[in-house]
Amino acid sequence: MDIENIGFETINLGHGSGGELTRNLLDKIIFKTFSNPYLDQKHDGSIVKIEGEIAISTDSFVITPIFFKGGNIGELAVHGTVNDVAMCGAIPKYLSLAFIVEEGLKVSEFIQIVQSVKKAADESGVLIITGDTKVVERGKGDKIFINTTGFGLVHPKANISVDTIKEGDKILVNGYIAQHGMAIMSEREGLNFESTIESDTTNLNFIVTELLDKFGDKIKLFRDPTRGGLGTVLHEIANDISKGVFLKEKNIPLEKQVSAACEMLGLDPMYVANEGVFLVIVDSSIELEVLALMKNHKKGKNAAIIGEITSEHPNKVVMQSSIGGKRIVSPLVGEQLPRIC
Amino acid sequence: MKYLSEYRNLEATKRILDEIHKITTREWHIMEICGGQTHSLVKNGILELLPEKVRMIHGPGCPVCVTPLNLIDKAIELLEQGVIVCSFGDMIRVPGSKKSLLEAKAKGGDLRILYSPIEAVSIAKQNPTKEVVFFAVGFETTAPANALSVLHAEKEGILNYSILASHVLVPPAMEAILDDKFCSIEAFLAAGHVCAIMGIQEYYPLVEKYKIPIVVTGFEPLDLVQGIYMAVKQLEEGNHQLENQYARVVKEHGNTSAINVIQKVFKIGNREWRGIGEIPNSGYVIKTEYQKYDAELKFKINNIKVPENDKCVAGEILRGIKKPHQCNQFAKTCKPSNPLGAPMVSSEGACAAYYHFSDNLIE
Repeated sequence: MDIENIGFETINLGHGSGGELTRNLLDKIIFKTFSNPYLDQKHDGSIVKIEGEIAISTDSFVITPIFFKGGNIGELAVHGTVNDVAMCGAIPKYLSLAFIVEEGLKVSEFIQIVQSVKKAADESGVLIITGDTKVVERGKGDKIFINTTGFGLVHPKANISVDTIKEGDKILVNGYIAQHGMAIMSEREGLNFESTIESDTTNLNFIVTELLDKFGDKIKLFRDPTRGGLGTVLHEIANDISKGVFLKEKNIPLEKQVSAACEMLGLDPMYVANEGVFLVIVDSSIELEVLALMKNHKKGKNAAIIGEITSEHPNKVVMQSSIGGKRIVSPLVGEQLPRIC
Repeated sequence: MKYLSEYRNLEATKRILDEIHKITTREWHIMEICGGQTHSLVKNGILELLPEKVRMIHGPGCPVCVTPLNLIDKAIELLEQGVIVCSFGDMIRVPGSKKSLLEAKAKGGDLRILYSPIEAVSIAKQNPTKEVVFFAVGFETTAPANALSVLHAEKEGILNYSILASHVLVPPAMEAILDDKFCSIEAFLAAGHVCAIMGIQEYYPLVEKYKIPIVVTGFEPLDLVQGIYMAVKQLEEGNHQLENQYARVVKEHGNTSAINVIQKVFKIGNREWRGIGEIPNSGYVIKTEYQKYDAELKFKINNIKVPENDKCVAGEILRGIKKPHQCNQFAKTCKPSNPLGAPMVSSEGACAAYYHFSDNLIE
């Protein structure tokens, strides 16, 4: 997209007024980028036909900085919601897309974000079918906030429910944890540490579909441990099922540089955010087949079996440390704070 | 970063643990001084791998935990006066007498979480019309960087920067613990990182005066079990010596450039320890020639005094008299989400470490 033809360099309050400037912004950037038969009707909403059970998920994206190693807020807004729909055992089809832009955002940055949304949506096989753009005064937003809502068809073989989880079921993850949170950390003001750690933001819907195609209801649960990290999500699961979760620290995939960065900053990777990680709980009879499928998929090359469901210590997550000791993995309280020394 | 794998090696750790089991004949009470060591002991599940007879007592070496309540109130007062207050991360949730720094931030205070005080000097430079204060807490480990920030500000002629300092020192705290009539400690693991700065010479007189083994110890699982082994071995053999387990980092005379920086800005003075009270000559105070960088004097807040929460037994926890789960409030009214005292806030605090990693398993 040629910025010079857009006719303005920064987004101002007028672009959210609903008048000509809004139309200008929508026509030149939004409709041009996302053109599809539903959106091209330019109506207040879209009418789509979906047969069968549908899964709906919504999420708002507020991140600083909006551009980071490995991605930007645009693709995050697509992947986040696509993955949430996929975690329900559904095949994501459509997304809504709403921007709240702080006045003064550079049009070039806005376009870059919009184009990332488009690329991520195309790669995930979803269409943007409705949306909204609002502009708020300077100081009342943080450059840009995005909300997306996803709609997906529930996979015919899926029976995703915590109620089906039983003692002995295995817990797997698809790859390295803590990448996203540490990538963001490394770019935050005041940290000044250089690394090549990239966010893992990606869509997980295709690998999830493949797992459901092959294993159907032997897959008990999918979850993506975004905010709060793996530790928090596992703790929620343990509470939901009133059973224990037992983990082996040495099996949890953790890339060396991320591990070192966590160590340096005094953060526990179990609580650091992910954007391209999911955990899956499966019947123990298929754990190795599931692992093999995941390892052969490009979104699961570093997959591992990290633990299992147990009747011991109900409601608690216990991790065996690399030296053989045991500890509780408790839920995160507030934000994880760096230690003094 | 081979340190992350080699010093967490299962076989090597197990070998030393086996040795500890082999040589232990009776009950021993060993205190690890540093909160970082407490954190590592519980996080790695080392406590349950030790012989039952080897009792680890968690010391006062958590900078967040020993920072007096009135200092937190002083930092909050500064925030409310419109000062940009910069702090290490885990200080911000510690409850003051009425609220925490985090709550003061939510009410509009400009609070910044930093990893280095030098960043605070840059913030002062970028905001010449505002006052910037770094909340300079910690042991000997953070003192050099805090002192350096003052020297930086002086060199660059930055006048809107100052520090709210509460530096405490390890050896006087060890002495205060040993002088306590309830003290049952028979050996110490000294704090590796403090010794990396200060060297180990201050500890020889302690070993002699109290006839107690002191082992300067690191923080990785292998370091800790080796430090414990060395302490138990001395105890079993009836020795009392100063040994250095952490020799790959700690030198006899420490880091002389860091010590020089400390001595330029700070002098030894009395300090109040949260839960313990005032210990003579137990901390650093800003020297007269650098008083213009002393936030307490600059903002005339040195008269703020508040009593400690009487339900919190932090003092007994920090002196090793009680273990966290022996407190009536532990995991009941006092939780990380609603801490009554500082040891429940910092991940290095004994209470938080127990809450997060171990003893709330037993209910």
